[in-house]
Amino acid sequence: MHAPMTGWLAQEDLQRLFDALVETGYRCVGPAVRDGAIQFVPLRAAAELPTGVHDQQAPGSYRLEQTGGSRRFGWANGPQALKPMTFAPSESLWRARRVDGQLRFEPVAPDPAPTAVIGVRACDLAALRLQEAHFLDGLSPDPGFRARRDALLLIGVDCSHPAETCFCADTGDGPALAYGFDIGLTELDDGYLVRSGSPRGATVVNAMALVAVSDDQRDAAARQNAAAVQAQIRRLPGGDLRARLFERLDHRHWDAVAERCLSCGNCTAVCPTCFCSTNAADPDLDGTATDLVRTWDSCFSHGHTAMHGRPVREETCQRYRQWLTHKLAGWFDQYGRSGCVGCGRCITWCPVGIDLTAEAALIAAGDGR
Amino acid sequence: MSVHLPRPARVVERVQEARDIFSLRLRYADVAAQEEFEFAPGQFNMLYLHGVGEVAISIVSDPRDSHSILHTIRVVGRATRGLAALQVGDEVGVRGPFGRGWPLKAALGRDLVLVTGGLGCAPVVSVINYVMRRRERYGRVTILQGVRHADDLIWRERYAAWAREPDTEVLLAADMPGQDGQLFHGTVVELFNRVQWNPDNTMAMLCGPEVMMLAAVGELRDRGLGDEAIWVSLERNMQCANGLCGHCQVGPLFVCRDGPVFSYAEIADWFGKRGF
Repeated sequence: MHAPMTGWLAQEDLQRLFDALVETGYRCVGPAVRDGAIQFVPLRAAAELPTGVHDQQAPGSYRLEQTGGSRRFGWANGPQALKPMTFAPSESLWRARRVDGQLRFEPVAPDPAPTAVIGVRACDLAALRLQEAHFLDGLSPDPGFRARRDALLLIGVDCSHPAETCFCADTGDGPALAYGFDIGLTELDDGYLVRSGSPRGATVVNAMALVAVSDDQRDAAARQNAAAVQAQIRRLPGGDLRARLFERLDHRHWDAVAERCLSCGNCTAVCPTCFCSTNAADPDLDGTATDLVRTWDSCFSHGHTAMHGRPVREETCQRYRQWLTHKLAGWFDQYGRSGCVGCGRCITWCPVGIDLTAEAALIAAGDGR
Repeated sequence: MSVHLPRPARVVERVQEARDIFSLRLRYADVAAQEEFEFAPGQFNMLYLHGVGEVAISIVSDPRDSHSILHTIRVVGRATRGLAALQVGDEVGVRGPFGRGWPLKAALGRDLVLVTGGLGCAPVVSVINYVMRRRERYGRVTILQGVRHADDLIWRERYAAWAREPDTEVLLAADMPGQDGQLFHGTVVELFNRVQWNPDNTMAMLCGPEVMMLAAVGELRDRGLGDEAIWVSLERNMQCANGLCGHCQVGPLFVCRDGPVFSYAEIADWFGKRGF
């Protein structure tokens, strides 16, 4: 346990956060507008953060707009946040080498620099905890994930402007930060309420020499967080969703989804909890050394279940059913809760705008046929 | 136990069992690694062929044999075709063992019905070998093997030897049984009519095509076997073997980690369901 440090940081002083992070030994990563979307990139200064940018999200649609305001975090999310930083999209796990006619195997261990990630959302932290449960809490913790995760210092920001696609309030994972952050921020128009969430975060907050938070600022933050809950319109079906979905594996609506689903895998690529990967040998041209490379995979890909060239899930309806029942049902057995954190990315980035909350509701309703 | 990084092993024996089935006996290059290798029948290793990749292969040797690891492999794809070309002295990488094997402790003292469809089904062969070496610890043993054509049946002399063991019966079936009258004409499940059943004290272990196992499960339940007394070995796409890559999931189960051996009670909700 640590005694949380709190304080007020004026908007024009945000560079002090960057300075304190750099002085404590971190490189900074944060949001920037790249290719028309909020993406996390290396940053040197607070001035590089987007200003007055807001995201309009809808099924199959993502647009950024300039509001003219002063806020740096007045957007909901972009296509990715933490997942690529801990679960690398592509990485060598080990290298096999033939030396003097004998095989040798050596691990390829990442050596990530200490990195502070600025602008993390509550849903991202909830997803990170689920990925930790998958990659680290089992009998065979993943060494690459462990090293990357340990290098991160997480600076979260309460989500003040949820997108139309967001439903983290329904899943219980946001919009305000609850756990998993080292430093938490609440952004108001003229500055930030700052709180530490860990001893490492407290060291940085201490170095920023903040002034005390006023009662007015505290009230404004509470009102803003309550409004961000109220702004969300989507929700998942209630009740025992696990049982309702697993009881309806033959529901006719699976076929109706499949008529629209392109089986492209965008939903799994942007999902912050999806963990599938594929391993492939990548031999050098001279044939002496071969890397075993792990790359993100999707349960929508044809080869995902292939055995001797034939997939278990030949049809799109089977793949969509696999994805949805795994995410919203199987995760309960595997990790004690749903695998959905309500970030809405799968809705936004689906090229045909399939909305899992609507599909789950249709399937969970009725008599199961 | 090496779960993430393979260790080099050498082929010390190679046997061609049938046209596309072969066995490799492997020994870790590192003596200590070989000595500490412990496994249970039904578990599998990931075999790495240099430059090609890894493939999940069941272990058929006896856990008491600390000198080597035996794999019987069918040629089904690129990696297994490459493994088939290996000769004595060649090297592979080995990670393992992985998964949960057969419930051989719970089976002590009980009658066993061991059902295989198809050729050289390694997971059940490992159980037969294990039980035959410890014959007195188990009750009546019935081995049921089905193949498509009489010519497909390998290890005839081995079946004959097992049939000579006390209180042991071997029943063989083929869709095309040949002329010598030794094989029953039909499916392995039809052989169930010829078995003496004591359902309260019998455990069944199944391996082979899922359509066969599904039919067998139905027949076994009709004969009074409980869902906890029926065990199957599943085959799925496995790449990491650590429950991380996600390919082998059946419902909420990771076949590589929670299986590949499951009681029917554990998988009843998904077993035989198309797409799982």
